[in-house]
Amino acid sequence: MSEKYLEIRNITKVFQTPEGGEVRALDDVTLDIASGEFFILLGPSGCGKTTLLRSIAGLEYPDSGEIILQGERIDDKPPYDRPVNTVFQSYALFPHMTVGENIAFGLEMENVEKDEVTKRVNEALEQVQLAGYDKRMPSQLSGGQQQRVALARALAKKPKVLLLDEPLSALDLKLRRGMQVELKRLQRETGITFVFVTHDQEEAMSMGDRIAVFSQGKIVQLDTPVEVYRRPVNAYVADFIGETNLIKGTVVAGGISLPGGHVLPTDQLAADSVIPASGEVTVAIRPEDLVLATNGVIGGTVSEVIFTGDSVRVHVRVGDVEVIAALASYGTEIPAQGSSVTLNPEHRAARTVAS
Amino acid sequence: MTAVTTPPKKQAQRGQPGQSSPKLAYLPILFLAFAIGIPLLIIVVYSFLEKPSQGTGVKWVFTLENYKALFIQEKLDGTTVLDTRYIKVLWTSFYYSIITTVVTLVLSIPVAMWIATRDARKRNLLVALVTLPFWISILIRTYGMRQIIADEGPIGKFLGLFDISFSILYTPTATILGLIYVFLPFMILPIYASAERFDFRLAEAAYDLGAKRMTVVRRVILPSIRPGVISGIALVFIPALGSFLQSDMLGGGKTNMVANVIANNFGQARNWPFGSALAVLLIVLTLLFVLIMQGAAKKRGDKVELV
Repeated sequence: MSEKYLEIRNITKVFQTPEGGEVRALDDVTLDIASGEFFILLGPSGCGKTTLLRSIAGLEYPDSGEIILQGERIDDKPPYDRPVNTVFQSYALFPHMTVGENIAFGLEMENVEKDEVTKRVNEALEQVQLAGYDKRMPSQLSGGQQQRVALARALAKKPKVLLLDEPLSALDLKLRRGMQVELKRLQRETGITFVFVTHDQEEAMSMGDRIAVFSQGKIVQLDTPVEVYRRPVNAYVADFIGETNLIKGTVVAGGISLPGGHVLPTDQLAADSVIPASGEVTVAIRPEDLVLATNGVIGGTVSEVIFTGDSVRVHVRVGDVEVIAALASYGTEIPAQGSSVTLNPEHRAARTVAS
Repeated sequence: MTAVTTPPKKQAQRGQPGQSSPKLAYLPILFLAFAIGIPLLIIVVYSFLEKPSQGTGVKWVFTLENYKALFIQEKLDGTTVLDTRYIKVLWTSFYYSIITTVVTLVLSIPVAMWIATRDARKRNLLVALVTLPFWISILIRTYGMRQIIADEGPIGKFLGLFDISFSILYTPTATILGLIYVFLPFMILPIYASAERFDFRLAEAAYDLGAKRMTVVRRVILPSIRPGVISGIALVFIPALGSFLQSDMLGGGKTNMVANVIANNFGQARNWPFGSALAVLLIVLTLLFVLIMQGAAKKRGDKVELV
């Protein structure tokens, strides 16, 4: 992972708003992406992730900074001179061309020989499991199939980096899950470096080798899915990646005093938690890390019990905050609404986070 | 002109009780049928009748002489020779119309694309500006054109300062200029209508796949705006073919277009049957052109219906 393949150096991009204001879509972003990596740019809409992707593609020119691919600067090149290709959110298939012509288009631009074009078009269609669809028009295909054609069109170019701009967001959940698995497989088989933009944290975690979490034009955290999930650097990441109970407490001797009066002992917090000498801290606990306990550190009244199949979500009113615990739906006694319960964090999974 | 699929939602709304009754459409359709059908019928009938020996009008005797006279001239000694005068006039009309269509097309595509890429508010303003000439009578506009391109007009005077002689009024150039000027909006508007619907993300995708600017235009943008281009060609070429004002006022009547000859036969020459025959020929040729265009459009799979 340390080898430098695609380097993003101090990229800044400012957009003018129609009202005369400025939006820093990218604010001095630097990151390295390794060869063959499945890299995720994750963040809410407007966080700059798509602008970064478009800057790599050449559809946007950053105001400052450098983009280097295999040691060569590409940020001043037009899109057609960059060995990268994009799968667009809208698919952007040419409606007046057949599926085959769509895929062949990019190859014709490289003056690939005719026989070779046909061969590579068929190859690409096989890769996305649409062999035999080359004569169809895009309008005759379902959304999922159009998605595959868009993927095949970009893959046929054998790009050094494949850029994917929220390619699955228009698909329904079941199809999306299927495509996630397939994209993973394609990436492994082709060995092409994928840079994948998404706002869906679940998608990010299930596919990415590494995730860069964006907020307001900056990278907040860059790590593997496990690390980002287990060790969020701040409350923003903790909240954005998965579900988290963020509980404000006060530092006291031996632990953190939580709403409701109980004290969460320091030895139950993650070992690398940073605990200030005094004052307020935010404790992050994932719902699935909370279990019912006879004498737990978080106590309150059950305000809601929701059965979701694989778990039972128990909402517990603690002081003026609501804490959610996701309990196993088998083997646990489910508390009734209105009853008093106490909860304990397991596995030292609770941690303090910067707010 | 251009078949566009309306979102089904809108159709559903229109399908409600307020749906426009076909009865409301009867009156205008009836009016159009009369205003187009009856004169057309009269023209066709007249074209097969004889010219009275004196005065205007027709003599109710069936003849094919009028059509024969379009191509064949009978000499005083009774021999017949091919008469190319009217073929030449028709050719001139086609030639002017083709030039007009090509020039307006080349000028309109960049204009339409440029307008289509502005923001919504600017777009409306620009479209309004394109339609601005419609506010002024074509007669007045053509007079204005005549003043501008006159030898002693502003252009002529300016070029005179550099001892460059400028004399285009009453030449074919002036006629064609007048045609281009009048028909330009008719080309811009339909192309703009197509261009506005163009998804510019497709152009981005083409760039991304390695296409250079001109390739993007040729292989992605032009095919997408083709319905507008075809509508524009029809809207310019067909009326241009039947124009007579420009050749009359700017061409000085020296180089006649077919409509001038038709008008002359109904006026000074007082030969209604022959004028009718020429008009029928023009209509047939126009129809032929439309059918060829439609055939070509269908072949390429465009949803364009001109007739």
